[in-house]
Amino acid sequence: MVDVLHLIGGVLVVAGTLLTLLGGVGVMRFPDVYTRIHAASLTDTGGATLVLIGLGLISGLTLETLKLGFVWVFVMLTTPAAANALANAAFSAGHTPRIGTFQITKSADASQAKPETPRTASGDGKSGAP
Amino acid sequence: MNDIALQASFALNVALLLMLVIVGIAIARSRSLLASILLLGIYSLVSAAWLVVMDAADVAFTEAVVGAGISTVVLLGAILLVRAGPVRHDWRMTIPPALLVLGVGGLLIYAVTGLPEFGDPASPANAHVGRSYLIETPKEIGVPNVVTAVLSSYRGFDTLGETVVVFAAGIGVALMLGFGPRSALSPPPVATGDHHVVLRVTAKLLIPLIMLYAFYVQFHGDLGAGGGFQAGVILAVAPILHALVFGLRETIEAIPVHAVRSVAALGVLLFAGVGLVCILNGGDFLDYDYLFPPSVEAMIPPGLMGDPDHAHHWGQHFGIFFIELGVLFTVSATMVTIFYGFAGRAADEQEAAS
Amino acid sequence: MSMAVTHFNYIAVIVLMMIGLYVLFATGNLIKRMVGLALFQTSTALFYISLGKVSGGTAAITIYADSPEGRALAATLDPAYVDQFGINGVVYSNPLPHVLILTAIVVGVATLSVGLSIVVRIREAYGTVETDEIEAVARVEAAQSGPARSEAGA
Repeated sequence: MVDVLHLIGGVLVVAGTLLTLLGGVGVMRFPDVYTRIHAASLTDTGGATLVLIGLGLISGLTLETLKLGFVWVFVMLTTPAAANALANAAFSAGHTPRIGTFQITKSADASQAKPETPRTASGDGKSGAP
Repeated sequence: MNDIALQASFALNVALLLMLVIVGIAIARSRSLLASILLLGIYSLVSAAWLVVMDAADVAFTEAVVGAGISTVVLLGAILLVRAGPVRHDWRMTIPPALLVLGVGGLLIYAVTGLPEFGDPASPANAHVGRSYLIETPKEIGVPNVVTAVLSSYRGFDTLGETVVVFAAGIGVALMLGFGPRSALSPPPVATGDHHVVLRVTAKLLIPLIMLYAFYVQFHGDLGAGGGFQAGVILAVAPILHALVFGLRETIEAIPVHAVRSVAALGVLLFAGVGLVCILNGGDFLDYDYLFPPSVEAMIPPGLMGDPDHAHHWGQHFGIFFIELGVLFTVSATMVTIFYGFAGRAADEQEAAS
Repeated sequence: MSMAVTHFNYIAVIVLMMIGLYVLFATGNLIKRMVGLALFQTSTALFYISLGKVSGGTAAITIYADSPEGRALAATLDPAYVDQFGINGVVYSNPLPHVLILTAIVVGVATLSVGLSIVVRIREAYGTVETDEIEAVARVEAAQSGPARSEAGA
């Protein structure tokens, strides 16, 4: 019985790490700040949750499982708040979301888009190499 | 069972070090200052994970809070004040450093092959002084956390010097950047709509928990991982988070500048004062066996701690308690002073511009 | 080639140190130089901790050999190894490098702050944080104040 729980726990831990890795891939491949924040925060929280559940199953019903529960509460509290802060900062800095297929919306804020993002610097609606 | 556990630990160690090398190369190649600073924060966090694999729990604590917390905040404050653009990469400037680095690196790698192999328990570093600390601490000090015992008692004088260095750095930053006094007198900022409600609610939930956690780490420093330096930095994070979310003016009203200065000095005074009390009672500087005069020692109930050396173990326990408190005061107040310096300068510049 | 395995940690840490040193020298931007210095300091800390690691050891907090943690640790190791290198039945990692590095990290961030405040004051005085531009401004200022000083002295 213990071995089955350990096996399921191990599978969940591996699944959680794969989910976090997928989040990293998403950050690299998505075209714009807001979609990247979405990819990073969702997969971060979900991956951490899966890993914590897996570790809880492996350690059984002990004090450590209670501590893992507290860590989960802390992660659920702070990661979405950090994503909100990032999106807020991006909005205040003047990033507008890309709407449609790789085209910048013609608005007053688009001219203030940060030059560090290589794709927005071109400004003619062509996407860079993914 | 033996081999698999050791091999897994070594594989984890290799993987984390390779991640650190990749992040280091990314920092070197990055053209944006903001990106290099955030990558440095990631570097510190991965180092903290590596330190846990290396059984250095106290150091992992410190590296995580200092590297990913205070260091990132101070660097971000600096680039805000400096208003820097992207870094210019001049390929001609890179050739002499590259040659120097390859030469020195090659020499160091050649020298390092003479070191004992990694993890060797019989190496001169691990077999003599380190081992004797592990053997003598339960008998002479009676504290489970050997790192705290060495830091506060065996090498207490060293720690006093480090505390004074931290205090002096705080004074240096305060002298160069000021205390941000004018921001406390400025009118309250106009409310610009409730963008930040999520941050405000989360910060209000987290700030008391952070302070509670800092005190837990402080007072359990001799039983588990923890101690004055870690607790001081964690305690400083609470006012910094408050200032980032609610504005520097509110934080300075809550924790005024003169109070922070006084607490920093009080910490060093407490630490050195404990040493002086030991001299007055007939021992050497910071020799906690002489912390209590014989009249007080006679009042300590016998056998309370269950060991025959209870009298001088009580001296050690109280000595460690007071000097860790001194370290907590100085480190937390210095980090807050440094933050006030950088943030106050930015607020002063906005004042001068408007 | 086996040297690469037994000394992997030291070689990797030296690579990290050299990357930090390279960042310190190869750029003219003062803040990037401080980042490189912080990288260098952290990798020196990693070197010390690698020296203190004992294979199969645990953190240097005294535990009893017949507690659950002690028994779990002893189950993974060779009993002869534990007898020879353990203390009261448990093998610990060396605590001394941890002590040295703990204070070094906190002092490192304090000195980083002092360095950054100097950079901020340089920016306020010269208007830039690139070293070549600072030198140009300083030369211009010296040329302007040079004739004035010689008039005052004569």
